[in-house]
Amino acid sequence: MSILLNKDTTFIVQGITGREAVNLTKECLDYGSKVVGGVTPGRKGREVHGVPVFDTVAQAVENYGAPIDGSVVTVPPAFTKDAVFEAILNGIKLIVIVTERIPRRDVAQMVELANMEGARIIGPNCLGLIIPEVCKMGGIGGPAKDAAKAYAPGPVGVMSRSGGMTTEISSSLTQAGLGVSTAVSIGGDAIIGSTYAELMPYFEADEQTQVIVIYTEPGGRMEAQLSEWVKDNDSRLPIVAFMAGKFMDDEEMKGMSFGHAGTIVEGKEDTATEKIARLEAAGIRVVERIDEIPNAVKEKLGVAA
Amino acid sequence: MAETLNKVFIDVEVDASIKGDAELAKKLEEVCPVDIFAATDSGVEIVEKNLDECVLCDLCVDAAPDGAVLVIKLYES
Amino acid sequence: MRFYEYEARKIVELAGIPVTKYGFCKTAEEARVAAEEIGGPVVIKSQVLSGGRMKAGGVKFADTPAEAAEHAEAILKLEINGHMPRGVLVDPKAEVKQEYYASVVWDGTAKRPLMLFSDMGGIDIEEVAETHPDHVGRGHVTNLMPIPDFEAKQTIAATGVTGSQLNRATPILAKLARLFRDYDMTLAEINPLAELTDGSFVALDAHMEMENEAVGRQKGLLRKHLEIAEEDTRETYEPSDFERNVAAIDAADHRGVIQGKDHGFEGNLGLVIGAGGGSLTLTDAVRSQGGKPANYSEIGGNPSVAKACGLAKEVLEKDGVEKIAVMMSIVSNTRVDIVARGVIKACLELGKDPGETIAIFRIPGAWEDEGFKILDKYGVEYCDRSVSMWEAAGRAVAKIQGAPA
Repeated sequence: MSILLNKDTTFIVQGITGREAVNLTKECLDYGSKVVGGVTPGRKGREVHGVPVFDTVAQAVENYGAPIDGSVVTVPPAFTKDAVFEAILNGIKLIVIVTERIPRRDVAQMVELANMEGARIIGPNCLGLIIPEVCKMGGIGGPAKDAAKAYAPGPVGVMSRSGGMTTEISSSLTQAGLGVSTAVSIGGDAIIGSTYAELMPYFEADEQTQVIVIYTEPGGRMEAQLSEWVKDNDSRLPIVAFMAGKFMDDEEMKGMSFGHAGTIVEGKEDTATEKIARLEAAGIRVVERIDEIPNAVKEKLGVAA
Repeated sequence: MAETLNKVFIDVEVDASIKGDAELAKKLEEVCPVDIFAATDSGVEIVEKNLDECVLCDLCVDAAPDGAVLVIKLYES
Repeated sequence: MRFYEYEARKIVELAGIPVTKYGFCKTAEEARVAAEEIGGPVVIKSQVLSGGRMKAGGVKFADTPAEAAEHAEAILKLEINGHMPRGVLVDPKAEVKQEYYASVVWDGTAKRPLMLFSDMGGIDIEEVAETHPDHVGRGHVTNLMPIPDFEAKQTIAATGVTGSQLNRATPILAKLARLFRDYDMTLAEINPLAELTDGSFVALDAHMEMENEAVGRQKGLLRKHLEIAEEDTRETYEPSDFERNVAAIDAADHRGVIQGKDHGFEGNLGLVIGAGGGSLTLTDAVRSQGGKPANYSEIGGNPSVAKACGLAKEVLEKDGVEKIAVMMSIVSNTRVDIVARGVIKACLELGKDPGETIAIFRIPGAWEDEGFKILDKYGVEYCDRSVSMWEAAGRAVAKIQGAPA
């Protein structure tokens, strides 16, 4: 099993004729995903790797002849909100926003509309999600043969604020003979559609997932939220966490931004040290080194290291 | 100031027989994503400063008659 | 993007919130004239992008225009925390009955703007929240609908404020929330919001910060109303030559993305690393294993050979750099062979031996086999994905410290 996607999930690509989108569309198709249409206003009639392009989401839905499950949005930041509103208001329930540098106000508005309409947003500034050997939405893992090297099916649910690290961690799990149920690149911005805590119920309901690994960075309160969720929900899923950017706690580094837009330490609460303490207090195992993740996972699974 | 080096990793050879072909020159200039080929009145010229940007796409090889364009990996001795 | 106090006052004024009859002055003479116009005791405040102005002597009171000019003269020459003032604010000394606090910030958990209000203004709100929590009101505003006054009213009423104070403060907090949204702010704070002896409310100080990603779409406010030049980015610190050079290389070529930071870094191991999360992980890994990074960097997207070369050269040319470590998390989009060409070329162009200069090359992923061929040819030590980022960093540190790898 898996979360959010399965082999029958259909989706469109908004902004499909852009350079990054053309690549990502091919990768998804090669990986077995059902990309059933694309939208770039003004380009109706074209085709991208055999996928028909339309001017509007409504046309794509009409052409497909049935409701479409999802959309991968690669539209530039000035137009992303409009594209996502269009998707949501045309009945699309799962939206992966790849675009980065979208102003927070726009993101918050997209998220609020999604909540009102029962839709879920992953991202923005993310690489999407992948179910090993089944399908993917977004550029995560790269071309099919590269993704195959890094992603094998297994019991670990992976959530990461960094797209590249989603694959790095998943690859190490695959190499260790563990594997991934679903890996989600949740995005690097200060406001995102789905936080760790918000995705936990999905993993909780997925029989295949036995343990969770998260990759995180300083800035924001997602770890506090996750710790609270774990305490309040008597979760069956043990969690292993890795935090990068501990050097940002240094005095000289305060206030500087590294990595993603969301990674600025503003207060005492969102330093790496604070966050690690909070996670551990909730029973979440925080590893010091990235290569300790597979063994920590095996421990949590009760499997020999 | 440090020097700038060209043609360290990739060299491209265009056969003499087609070098003067203006039509082909234009085609090569069009297909190369990193501007290695320049079409002039006398045919095709190699833009040396872009050679090392070659992405090994082979679009130039495909656009020319068989064997007329050679992409050489200088790191493969 | 940060604003000076005088700019924040202007923003607040534009939003319809009452401010004092202040004057922004660049000379002592202008200050004298402003004090005359105000016609009473005034406060002279240094306009710097730094806190701690009072302590540093950047805030002074004056009873006469002559005194105002004198203080202005001194303050205009006073450096505070490394910043020279742009000018001074000349403010009428207000007859304050009570000080309140009002601000709007982003709540990343609720994903909505959050209004904060307190009837204990003028001091650190975090302290008040800790010691007198029932004196701090909190309320979220919607992102999608127009912001109604009553949401502000509820927030204020939660602190126990009632009567005419409630009715006067409500529209002010509501306007603050609207300006926060309309102008893409990440912080909009009025502290103190003063109730004067005549019962009116006025913003005595204002602090605003705008989201950097939104600067491009706020030209009306920035260029027209505040007359802030495009080049005036107000970074928290002055970029170094290294940082500026890397930014220039990045800007000149649209292929891929590079970034370099060295503020607060001093070391002998140059880091040519990526991507974002990978850079953070690798920088930690190097430091935790006793390495001394000379810099931080990020490679992202699909850079050209020239861009990768440019970054590597800048790092190599930094004072004290003996070797570089070229490492990334598994790449799908970035080409391993292209980065290999770039970093090797950087060494060659600087007359250095790639095998000696590149302590380790660890980039698994797209086109890695081709990359390995290039690295083999130039004698560069590399490792594949079976070697973790932690271990690769360790090898780089061991190499530069002279121990056998």
